[in-house]
Amino acid sequence: MTNQPINKSTNQLIYALQLADNALILGHRISEWCGHGPVLEQDIAITNTALDHLGQARSFYQFAANVFNALPADQKANFFSSPVLQNKIAAGENIDEDDLAYLRDGWDFRNVLLVEQPNKDWAFTVIRSFFYDAYNFYFYTELQKSKVAELAAIAEKSLKEVTYHLRWSSEWVIRLGDGTDESHERMQEAVNERWAYTGELFQMSEADKAMLAEGMGVDLNGIKPLWEQRVAEVLQEATITMPANTWMQEGGKEGRHSEHLGYILAELQFMQRAYPNMEW
Amino acid sequence: MQQVTKEQVYEWLSAVTDPEVPVLTVLDLGIVRNVALNGDEVTVTITPTYSGCPAMDVIGMSIRMALLSRGFKKVTIEMQLSPAWTTDWMSEEGKQKLKEYGIAPPVRTSSSGLGLFEDDVVACPRCGSEDTELVSRFGPTSCKSLYKCNNCKEPFEHFKCH
Repeated sequence: MTNQPINKSTNQLIYALQLADNALILGHRISEWCGHGPVLEQDIAITNTALDHLGQARSFYQFAANVFNALPADQKANFFSSPVLQNKIAAGENIDEDDLAYLRDGWDFRNVLLVEQPNKDWAFTVIRSFFYDAYNFYFYTELQKSKVAELAAIAEKSLKEVTYHLRWSSEWVIRLGDGTDESHERMQEAVNERWAYTGELFQMSEADKAMLAEGMGVDLNGIKPLWEQRVAEVLQEATITMPANTWMQEGGKEGRHSEHLGYILAELQFMQRAYPNMEW
Repeated sequence: MQQVTKEQVYEWLSAVTDPEVPVLTVLDLGIVRNVALNGDEVTVTITPTYSGCPAMDVIGMSIRMALLSRGFKKVTIEMQLSPAWTTDWMSEEGKQKLKEYGIAPPVRTSSSGLGLFEDDVVACPRCGSEDTELVSRFGPTSCKSLYKCNNCKEPFEHFKCH
């Protein structure tokens, strides 16, 4: 990541990318279940949520691309590190949502580490979604008040979908946690392992802080107690023990990712990298 | 082209259908938010049902084709996210058409939330029985959930309250 002079526009851009990247990467991860779900109806259910995440990612990428294209040329030149994107920008071309998804390198992605973690089994998949959906629910609720009309509108639209996601993932956490000995044990194991990735959800990046100060972003410290309460309620209902406070993983929002993101991008971006502008 | 009124444009739009639920027109769905005329140019503002609904691109294209064929020189489709679409905007006629098509229409207003493990009582569109059960809150498209009827034993889709 290159150092850039930070102004209002770049904060909005980075903020939108954080949100878009979370949605894209989680949507991609979830879509890996397509054709592999435990039963047909749940295969359809989880891939439906993937589609919602992808739709939300598109809305944020479209907004981000508009903000980026309006930046002065000197700020655009090295904003993204991948040569293919830099060349396009140097040629004076505008970028779009597809460029942001397909042509950025891993260190320019700002999603939290939680969403890039592998699916493993159904328990790991469901708890990743639950932790994220609960966060997303309170996040979008607050983002509806953003002074940036486009962000508020995307939040209003997305919140209705996220409400479904949260119901679905909450029910699965309870069903597995309060199910058989085997499902309980595996849900507890998933909760314990994924817990270390939840702290980053509430860590304020520079863009988060700047957007909050302008009345454009969400106070993550403000939604944290709501998230904790919701998680505690569902885990209790699921007869799952809430993990003790522990050291938390971090770095995704600053572009420092786990090894998993590279594999996701290799699959996600291959076609456009190898055959630029290909359509089918 | 001759002078046209908004009413005429709306009438033409009433022939444009949803590619995934072809029994519904874009007006039945309540996704057309505005029509603005400017001589032989027209701007139609639509709102997506769900963020990721793949039908939106096709719907935009269908609207464009329908209006270009009526003589407009330029048709602009604008996408508006707020206020967010709700099934409360679906026409009564649309709900009736859905039912006849075999899809149970939305049963309540979108504002009333459900608790965990709580499902709507949805009458079977085939036999009318309320002895039905939810199979999955998600269906073959974003806007539908899956039910089955314990009376006539038929599976059916429910257009979700959203």
